[in-house]
Amino acid sequence: MATTADQIQGHTEDHGHHDADHKPAFFARWFMSTNHKDIGTLYLGFAIVAGIIGGFISGIMRMELAEPGIQFLGYWVDLMGGEASFDANAHLWNVLITAHGLIMVFFMVMPAMIGGFGNWFVPLMIGAPDMAFPRMNNISFWMTVAGFCSLMFSTFVPGGTGMGAGTGWTVYAPLSTSGSVGPAVDFAIFSLHLAGAASIMGAINFITTIFNMRAPGMTLHKMPLFVWSVLVTAFLLLLSLPVLAAAITMLLTDRNFGTTFFDPAGGGDPLLYQHLFWFFGHPEVYIMILPGFGMISQIVSTFSRKPVFGYLGMAYAMVAIGVVGFVVWAHHMYTVGLDVNTKMYFTAATMVIAVPTGVKIFSWIATMWGGSLEFKSPLVWAMGFIFLFTVGGVTGVVLANGGVDDAVHDTYYVVAHFHYVLSMGAVFSMFAGFYYWFPKMSGRMHSELLAHLHFWAFFVGVNVIFFPQHFLGMNGMPRRIPDYPDAFTYWNDISSIGYTITIASMLLFFINLVYAFTFGKKAGDNPWGEGAKTLEWTLSSPPPYHQFETLPVIEDDQGYDDHRPAAG
Amino acid sequence: MITTLSVASLMALAPQSVSAQDASATAPAVTASAPVQGPQAAVTGDSVAEPAAEIGVYKPLGPEWIKGKPTDGALSFQKQYSQNGKYALWMHDGILLPMITAISLFVLGLLLWVIARFNRRANKVPSKVSHNTFIEVVWTLVPVLILVAVAVPSLTLLGRQFESPPKDAVTIKATGYQWYWGYSYPDNGEFEVISNMLSQEDAVANGEPFQLAVDNRMVVPANTPLRIQITAADVIHSFAVPSLWFKLDAVPGRLNERLLTIEEPGIYYGQCSELCGSRHGYMPIAVEALPRAEWEAWIREQGGTIGEQPSESSDVDAAPAKVAAR
Repeated sequence: MATTADQIQGHTEDHGHHDADHKPAFFARWFMSTNHKDIGTLYLGFAIVAGIIGGFISGIMRMELAEPGIQFLGYWVDLMGGEASFDANAHLWNVLITAHGLIMVFFMVMPAMIGGFGNWFVPLMIGAPDMAFPRMNNISFWMTVAGFCSLMFSTFVPGGTGMGAGTGWTVYAPLSTSGSVGPAVDFAIFSLHLAGAASIMGAINFITTIFNMRAPGMTLHKMPLFVWSVLVTAFLLLLSLPVLAAAITMLLTDRNFGTTFFDPAGGGDPLLYQHLFWFFGHPEVYIMILPGFGMISQIVSTFSRKPVFGYLGMAYAMVAIGVVGFVVWAHHMYTVGLDVNTKMYFTAATMVIAVPTGVKIFSWIATMWGGSLEFKSPLVWAMGFIFLFTVGGVTGVVLANGGVDDAVHDTYYVVAHFHYVLSMGAVFSMFAGFYYWFPKMSGRMHSELLAHLHFWAFFVGVNVIFFPQHFLGMNGMPRRIPDYPDAFTYWNDISSIGYTITIASMLLFFINLVYAFTFGKKAGDNPWGEGAKTLEWTLSSPPPYHQFETLPVIEDDQGYDDHRPAAG
Repeated sequence: MITTLSVASLMALAPQSVSAQDASATAPAVTASAPVQGPQAAVTGDSVAEPAAEIGVYKPLGPEWIKGKPTDGALSFQKQYSQNGKYALWMHDGILLPMITAISLFVLGLLLWVIARFNRRANKVPSKVSHNTFIEVVWTLVPVLILVAVAVPSLTLLGRQFESPPKDAVTIKATGYQWYWGYSYPDNGEFEVISNMLSQEDAVANGEPFQLAVDNRMVVPANTPLRIQITAADVIHSFAVPSLWFKLDAVPGRLNERLLTIEEPGIYYGQCSELCGSRHGYMPIAVEALPRAEWEAWIREQGGTIGEQPSESSDVDAAPAKVAAR
């Protein structure tokens, strides 16, 4: 008889505490972990801390941009031990925007989605006891932390006309080579080496786990869509990060070992760096959103009590987005002086990506269509995602047109676009996933009321920050400037007000966390009802330290969407 | 206070009555010794007033000539003063913006409908439908068709933007430095004009917006094909003028080139558009387009020459390896 989840030791409450739940002592458990759930928790905690720092930096930025003139930068230069001067202050601006970007991309979104939710739920969803390489999993986490420390350190050493690396997250040469004298950029490059290597190892771990450790009966076409999303993401990481590593290593040797890869005086070309960077950089943005797509699929399905519409279309749309995402990189380079045929090709190829993305948006709506919707907080965040990601996506279609892009490249229109797809796309999907899985991870219910309030306040806040930035960009305001001509004042002022609203909403989030851990009701195995059909909901909340030591068997006649063991 | 500042700056920048201009200035300026008249010396047929043309003397255009500038509270692009800019603006306002608005509202509408019609109270039993080949084909094909429709004007625009400058185009080379611009005139004596941002006091005294006003503008002839060449001396910068729908990166070791024709005399502002160090936000661009005759007067005043052979740098066929040919 096939082993069912009922017979797995970890499922029974009593056993859970004493046998399969024997946990290591504190230091071994948290600093030498080989447990995918603990490592996932470490990543989520780390991402929250990094997100607070990255968000604080954007607060400094919005405060400075609220009015024309430089009001606050000198104070911050002083606070960090530097000598305030016009150039040092303006340099700090460039350091802030660089740090904000690098932190949010490499130390918030990626650790949370892939390291956090990926590690926690991919093994659970495929019925595996852990990841394929548990120790390498831990190495990935601690290397990411080390990378973050290197980046933080870089802000306290010289990097040009002040302290820190002021190159933008894109680190273009020659500004980052001959244009940044001092060790700051070297520490920033090292930070990316560490985080990049950690992600490559993580990718290897996920691919191996997903290909080899699915429970009997779970074919690839029966995997939950979140697992599909992590699989595609892992391939993108595996193939694009080495190119970033090459590009930044070449920066390092240009800076320190006399090479001239990007120096025309030595026969090199600054544009080579851009091609290499963006060959990584474009897949990177899909890396940041695909796991979000996977989470949204799980959540929409759960709270509609309906399987996701068009499962195969959804899975292969993600594959298509991943594959096509590798051949559109130069749309980030439309103004460098490309020739006409190149620009036309990238315009056409970039527009193609809108098609599989549109398929996903419509499929999520079709999943809800005819369903029986319960508006719990994860679904509310997911629906916010669907609308706002669409808005961000369509401004991407505008930007895809190379000829039109000439006017908005390197303006706030681009900033608005990517913050819509990131601060509203990726971040909404992360909050949706967080509220969905928090009871499972912690064993406590959060306050649904606070979660809803958080949603509405955050929704208003981020829209007030970023919608006006479309206007600023169209009217000509460039990116990455600490001060602006008076004629950009009105919308900058409003955008900064939006930040205050957003910060207030985040207070609600943290209060909810405290509430959940002090007063939150104990969470059962499945707080979300019959719509929650993936394997993690068959386990206790939190799951036992080790689960699926005997593998569950997925019955043949069950669709992809129902992995609960056969009734009986 | 912000409102007051905005109103004040708008008043300062508003075009003033042109009755002070000399209407007879449509006649081209003639210097005693210069036999060569620029082919586009005559003004266009519309009611654009001409700057006062004193014979042989150049005066910088006053703030009443500012045309390309941002506007506080604006919701869209700056007014466009080039043919390609007008086409691009039409493509955005007439095709792209309606399309993206419709799609966003459509998705929002579907979501609201779903909330109203399929919430748990209204629909207790969920359907089991998870496929419908017809609709899946529709929502794949219709976006494809929409994108093809968008691609037609889009690729047309690109083709127009890459039109080669004619042989008699006026060549101006803009070089990005940390943190100012240099404008040189290879066909007119190879002199270079250095353009620095004006301080706040000087900008206000000039009646121009701070962070956009410069001491020496890039002076070009209006209504003439311009061969704009862009390069950089140190790090990557970017030469951008929003009201001319023009942006081209200044890359060291590379000479980028593009055709630009400015339809009317006036002042057109832009800002450096590639992060280039601490003063990236403080190296603006001001293009001053003049009628041909006035521009030639300016050239002569700089010690340049009119009417010599175009220099080799404008010969597209003999382009060295690093020159972007178009």
